Formats: sequence, C-alpha cells, structure tokens
Amino acid sequence: MSTVAVAGPARAPAWRRLMGFNVVTGIILGIGGWFLGYFIGTRINAPSLAYYSAEAGENDIAIMLGYLFGVMGFLIGLGFANYPISRMLGRPPTLAEHESEGEGIGRYFRLCTDHKVVAIQYLCGIGLFFFVGGVNAMFIRTELLQPNVHVFGPNQYLTLVGMHGTMMMGMMTSGILGPFANWVVPPMIGARRMAFPRVESFTFWLLMAAGVILITTIFFGGFQTGWTGYQPLGDQGTAGYDAYIGFFALVGVSMTLLGLNLAVTIITMRAPGMTWSRLPIFCWSVLATAGLMFLAAPMLVATLLMAAMDRTAQTAFFIASSGGSAYLFQNLFWVFGHPEVYIVAIPGFGIVLELLPVFARKPLWGYRLAVAGMLGVALLSFFVWQHHLFVSGIDADLRPFYMLSTELISLPTGFTFLCAMGTLWRGRVRFTVPMLFCMAWAFNFLFGGISGVLLSDVPSDVTTHGSFFVMAHFHYTIMGGLVFTFFAAIYFWGPKMFGFKFNERLAKIHFWGMFLAFNSTFAPLFALGFLGMARRVVTYPTNLQPLNDWVSASAFVLGLSMLVFLVNVVYSFVFKREPAEANPWHSKSVEWQLPTPVPVHDFDTMPVFGPDPYPYGVEPAATPALKAAPAGGGA
Amino acid sequence: MTDQTNHFRRVVILWFIASAILTPIVVLVLAPGMPPGNGTVQSSGQVADNTVLLGLSTPIALVVLVYLGYALWAFRERDLTGPVRDGVPIRGHAAIQTWWLVISTVLVLFLAGFGTVELLKDGAGGGQGPNPLAVPSTPKGDPPLQVQVIAQQWEFDYRYPAYGGVETNQLEIPTHTVVEFHVTSLDVIHSFWAYQLGVKADANPGIDNIAYVTTKAPLKFEVHCAELCGVWHGYMYNSGAVVPKAQFVSWVKQQEQELAPATKSLPPYAKQYFPAPTRRSG
Repeated sequence: MSTVAVAGPARAPAWRRLMGFNVVTGIILGIGGWFLGYFIGTRINAPSLAYYSAEAGENDIAIMLGYLFGVMGFLIGLGFANYPISRMLGRPPTLAEHESEGEGIGRYFRLCTDHKVVAIQYLCGIGLFFFVGGVNAMFIRTELLQPNVHVFGPNQYLTLVGMHGTMMMGMMTSGILGPFANWVVPPMIGARRMAFPRVESFTFWLLMAAGVILITTIFFGGFQTGWTGYQPLGDQGTAGYDAYIGFFALVGVSMTLLGLNLAVTIITMRAPGMTWSRLPIFCWSVLATAGLMFLAAPMLVATLLMAAMDRTAQTAFFIASSGGSAYLFQNLFWVFGHPEVYIVAIPGFGIVLELLPVFARKPLWGYRLAVAGMLGVALLSFFVWQHHLFVSGIDADLRPFYMLSTELISLPTGFTFLCAMGTLWRGRVRFTVPMLFCMAWAFNFLFGGISGVLLSDVPSDVTTHGSFFVMAHFHYTIMGGLVFTFFAAIYFWGPKMFGFKFNERLAKIHFWGMFLAFNSTFAPLFALGFLGMARRVVTYPTNLQPLNDWVSASAFVLGLSMLVFLVNVVYSFVFKREPAEANPWHSKSVEWQLPTPVPVHDFDTMPVFGPDPYPYGVEPAATPALKAAPAGGGA
Repeated sequence: MTDQTNHFRRVVILWFIASAILTPIVVLVLAPGMPPGNGTVQSSGQVADNTVLLGLSTPIALVVLVYLGYALWAFRERDLTGPVRDGVPIRGHAAIQTWWLVISTVLVLFLAGFGTVELLKDGAGGGQGPNPLAVPSTPKGDPPLQVQVIAQQWEFDYRYPAYGGVETNQLEIPTHTVVEFHVTSLDVIHSFWAYQLGVKADANPGIDNIAYVTTKAPLKFEVHCAELCGVWHGYMYNSGAVVPKAQFVSWVKQQEQELAPATKSLPPYAKQYFPAPTRRSG
C-alpha cells in the first residue's frame, strides 16, 4: 500500500519559505531566548547575590539561564512545541505532512521525521563539529612543537585541549548511532520509521544547540578542566565552564533519548519474521550501545546539574571544605564516563562484523559469540570505572577488584576479534575501501586493547596513569576504533544514503594517508608517556622535543588526509555526480535491496526475512527479497 | 572448488616463528630498559610487571596480526573482474570458540592474580588513600620516614613531621629507606608524580593519600603534576634527590634551623588542611 506524497501548493517566494518553523526561525528565537534568559538572570542576581558578578566580573546564573532559554527558543523555532500544543488544544494526533515528507533541500533544515533525513542531518552536523574538534587538535599539536615557545598562552591551550576532548567525546558518541543507526536500523528490521520520529529529530537539533554552546566558551574565557571537568577545579573556572556544563548536559539528554529511541525501535518495530536470531549484528551492537546510552548518560546530566548548582545556587556537592567531596564528582563522572567509551567502541564492532561478511563473501562466523561479546562488553563496562581512580587515594581495597573487572572486558572484546577472524577464514576477500577501514580497525584496536591491559594492571598503571600513554591508548581505541569504522560506514552506506558514488582513487588516498599518519601520530605517544610526559601540559622537558615534533608533523598529515576526504565529497557529489548503483557491494542485507534513491517510505511492500541474516555461499533464494509476501505469510 | 591447503597449520607455524623471534626481543631487550627504571624497589617492580605483561602480550598480539596478514593474503579474491563469488559458508567452530574462551579466561585470571600479588607486595608506589593496604616491610622494623607532600596551585611543598614539621620546597629523601608520602592538596586535585621513584598519588583537598617508596642508591628524580590543575599545570614540576642517610639528616636539620621562623607561622602539622576554599562564587 504505497503512500504517495500529496502534491503541495505552488511554491511560495523564497522569503516566505524562510518564515515558519525551520532553522532560521530557530536561530532567531534562540538568540532572543538567550538575551531573555540573561536578562532574567541579572534580575535574579541583583539584590542579594551581588557578589557573584562583583567577584568574577561574570554572572553564572544569567549565563546558565541564557543557555536554557536560548535552547528552548531554538527548539520552539524549529517547531518542537507545535505538536504538544496542538495535543493540549485537543486536536487529534498526526504526523503532519510537512514534517515527514516534502521535497528538496529545505527538509534538511527543519524538524523532519523521515529517518533518512535525520541521519543525513546527523552526518553533516556531527561532521561539522568533528571538523571543529579536529582543527583544535591541529592547534594543540602546533603549540606542542616547542616546549618553550608558545603559540597560544596556557589558558588558550587548555581551552583548546578541553574543547577538542569535549567536542569529540560529546559529539562522536552519536557519531555512528546518529547517522548510521538512524538510517540503517529501520530498513534492517523491516520498519519504515523509528519508534519515536519526533524524538529522533529532537536528539539531533538538541545536539546542534549543544555544539554551539560549547563553542561560545571562547567568549567567556574558556575552561581549564579538560573534557573530564573535574571539581573543584571546575568550580574555580570562569564562565567558560558554564558552556562545558551546558554542552555536556544537553549531549547527555540527547544521548539518553537517542538510546531509548533506538532500543524501543529494535525491540518493538521488528517486522514479522525478524526474530532475535535473525537480527543483523549491527542492530545488536546498536541495541547494546543504546542500552549503555540511556543507562549511563542520565548520570552525566545529574552530575553536571549538581556542578551547575555548586556554581549558581551555593550548594557544595563537590567542595570538600564545605562538606562535599571531590571524589563524588570523579565517581559520578566515570560511572558515566566508562560506559561512554564503550558507547563509542561497540558500534565500531558492529560495523566491522556487519561489513566483513559482505567483503569476505561469507556468513558472519560465530553469530551468537559476537552477540555475547557486545552484550558482555556493555554489561561489564558498568563495573570498571574506578580504574580511572587507581592512584586517587580512594578505596585502595577495591583496586584488585577493578583490576580484575577491567581485564575481564578483554574476554568479550576478544570474541569480536575471533568472529572477525573467523569470518575471513576461507572467504573471498575484496579490498574495497570500507574493507580497508575495517582491517585498520582490527590493527588499531588490537594495540588499543593491549595497551589497555597494561593500564588495567595497577603496578604498571602507576607510571602510565595520567600520562601520554593513556592518551595514546584511548586515541587508538576511539579514533582507531570509532573514527575508522565511521569512515568505513560512510564509504559503505554513503552511496545508498546520498545516491552518489565516491571517487575510489581519492578514497584510497584518504585511507592510506589516514592509516599511516594515524599510527605515526599516536604510536610515539606511548613512548612519550613512558618517558614521563603528563597529559595536558603546555610545556615538556626539552629532551622530548624530537618525538613531539615527529608527532606534530604526523598529526598535520593526518589532518591533511581528512581534507582529502572533504575534497572527495565535494568532487564526487558536486562535480562528478555519478549516480550509485542500487547494490554496488552485492550485499545480501535488506537495505541494499531498496532502490537508489530510496523512496520516502522505504518499502512499498514489507520485506520477507529468511532464517539467515547473512546468506552468503548458500542458495540465492535465501536472500531477503522485497517481493510481496506470499499469501501464507512470511518465512 | 575445494581448497586442500592446510591453512590452519600454516598460520600456527608462522605464528610460532614470529613469537619465537619477537617475544625474546621484547622480554630481554626492550622491557628491561623501560621506564621508570630501576631506581627504587617499587620502580623495579613496575619494570618487572611491564616485562611480564609485554612478554605475554606479544604472542597474543601476534595471533591476530599473523592471522590477519595470512588470511588477507591467502583468502583474497584473485579474480576481480569475474562475477562475484561467495566463500564457503562456515558459521562457527565450537571447539575453537571454546578453546578461545578458556585460554583467554585463564590468561585474564592469571594477569589479575599476578597484578594483585605485585600490588600487595609493596604498594607499587601508587597512592592508597588514608588506610594503606600494601605496606612495604622496613628493615629492622624501623618506622618509615614520613614526608608530607602539599600540592597547591601551582607548586609542591614538602613537610617533614619528624623534623619539627619543617616545610620546604625541595624534596630530599635518604637512601635504603622506606618513605611514606602523605599527599594532600590545598585547593584542587593535583597528582604527585615522582617519575624515577615510580610514585604517583593524587593530591585531593582534605584527603591524606599515602604512597610508599623503598629507596635504593642515590638518585636524582623529577616531580611532575599529573592531574590537570589549572592554567599553569604544565609548569608544576620540580626535582628531588635520594641522598645518603647522613647527608639527608644534615640537610633536613639545617632546613629545620633555617626555616624555624617560617615554621612557627605555619599551621601545625596535620594529615589534611582546610584552608579557605578558592571558590569563585563565594
């Protein structure tokens, strides 16, 4: 029963189309809301709490309220208040046409409930902030070229470090789930949309508002705490720290809702025949990650709310001399923060295991083991957070336990490796660009994982804790794990999402440049950590300069390799515009059976799912087909 | 097409050769020279720990690397122009999965047990909080030498309670002694990292974080702050020395005399201090 978009009225002039609920209105109302909030804040502040502004020359209450009202104005301008208000006025529930359908570029700048549009919004929006975070990294490496000649002052340097870390950890948590899970999960499970389409759009626009808030920190003196935002250092910070709180709290809300939406979609929206044992492995990884998101991210929101109250309402949750505890912040932060790093890692496992069958032309090896691995990592990640506090002086008795639980995580992670290795066994491996990125994941994550074993061992950790070794470790797991699989996913699903082919030669230059420069950048950081370079320092012993210069030079090449990707995007999508085939990879997964470009409602008829999600090397009839279901029902 | 090659045997042989070459290089050449060196009992312990971990990790990493290298070569599609052909539909191998699980579990449990033993032997130089669990034994049962490390933005100061609570900004400790560092902070969280000693302990306001080191021969060492503590965090470092016992005693007595007027104006020695907090909001 195909749904056809009803032809709209004749197109209005451009100025008229800019009016209404879209991002322009959102920005105008957002700025208005900021000034309203700021004004209210200064009024609240005036008589009794005058010392706020008197002491620091800044007014945290006003700034916080400014952010709050600004975000509300932005979301109202985008039209997120329309539906609740119409329901309150007693109108029947609808998915208004202009939200879910429509043509042209305009729907990318509005509240849109089409999961494919939201996915592309996510990809571009996150890409933009990924670029900002990457530029910050280039600045950081520029500063570290010389120990004693400073391009930036220490305050600017720490702000760059903090913005880089916060931007990457905040934005890239949704880096795979936002674009790719939103796009791929509904067709994979045979659904036409997400369970909560408006919430899906909400998570995206909230994330964009958050990103802008983080950038405003540069107008308020920056923040000196890094992405961890430890108290009581954060409490000392200037108003730039308010931007950190605002950013991360909104990211936490966005993550919670994104996780709930994806989990509910996978649990409840599966088509008939899509049983749990037929679920593609990528959906399992999304489900595991989504669970982590909605269980861990609220902890972050609560923690930052407490930090905000310490700064505005004179509470003392984290101030030791007033009865609070700095450990409380560290504990709460890492109860969120360690699941967070697996939120970043597990979708990468899913993408690798989803792509390997396509390029090795084999079924996934050890499907149940792979599922167990992902769920195991997700579960264990809640029980390891105190390894971030091994030398903090807290609960020394618990250190053996956290050492054990941390090392146990290598078991389910090992399952993922075993399944990836098994899938290659006697396959017919094709070295396409996505496949190259998947293999780079295996290489990088291996070293990330092994350095993690060194860090999990307390005696070994004493020297490496808080040093560049840790930095190298988590860049190997997060950048080597997440960002490489992120690009694997772009090159793999991109042709389906955008309808255009990437230039393969540029893609290969991008891959090799990125892979070699990545290792050349981060492998020496292990050595720098062992040689005694602490994290987040603006200067270092002069004997470490050659290594640091090597790292900086490699980092610039790494940055250039990203530019190759941008060139490829512009070249392939603007100049060349070669339409992609419907199934260039000869994948047997459902989403590739859709035509390109994909119709608004994905399927005209529901897909029929066979008993095997990866029917490679078996009878062609087992391929999921988009044919009408036989009268007798599904498979 | 049936492939009669015994790929499994080939991978095992290649892995064995690679491990046989690389593991001794890592264990005998690379690891012993690794930081933080052999300046103290604790740092030697860390080097030994790293040696074991790296020695075990090398063959494990080689399993993946050798396999991937072999598989990508042996199982590559040689005919890229013809129609897309599928591989053999193998969906798993119960014995391999079971053995993988058993071996990795044994390795993990061994590592955790080994790490715990190494940790409890002498504390490994890490901060253990106010009630330390792993106290290194002192020769002849002497009490350890207490040194308080007071971190603040952006310097470290050291108090010697056994010598009138004198506070200096230089750190000297005697050779062949167990030293008990009491690390605390006056403002935000810092971390006391005496690199060559193999000591790292976070300095928290209002917390007495204890770390032990058993010194050996005379040694110069660097002290860095290892926890981001504000704008001048990168410049929060100085150096210290392990000196012969007699030299230490004469140095610390001299400090006690010279700094006596300053010591009088200090708050009395305590495990932690609660100065007025430097809060922006009051």
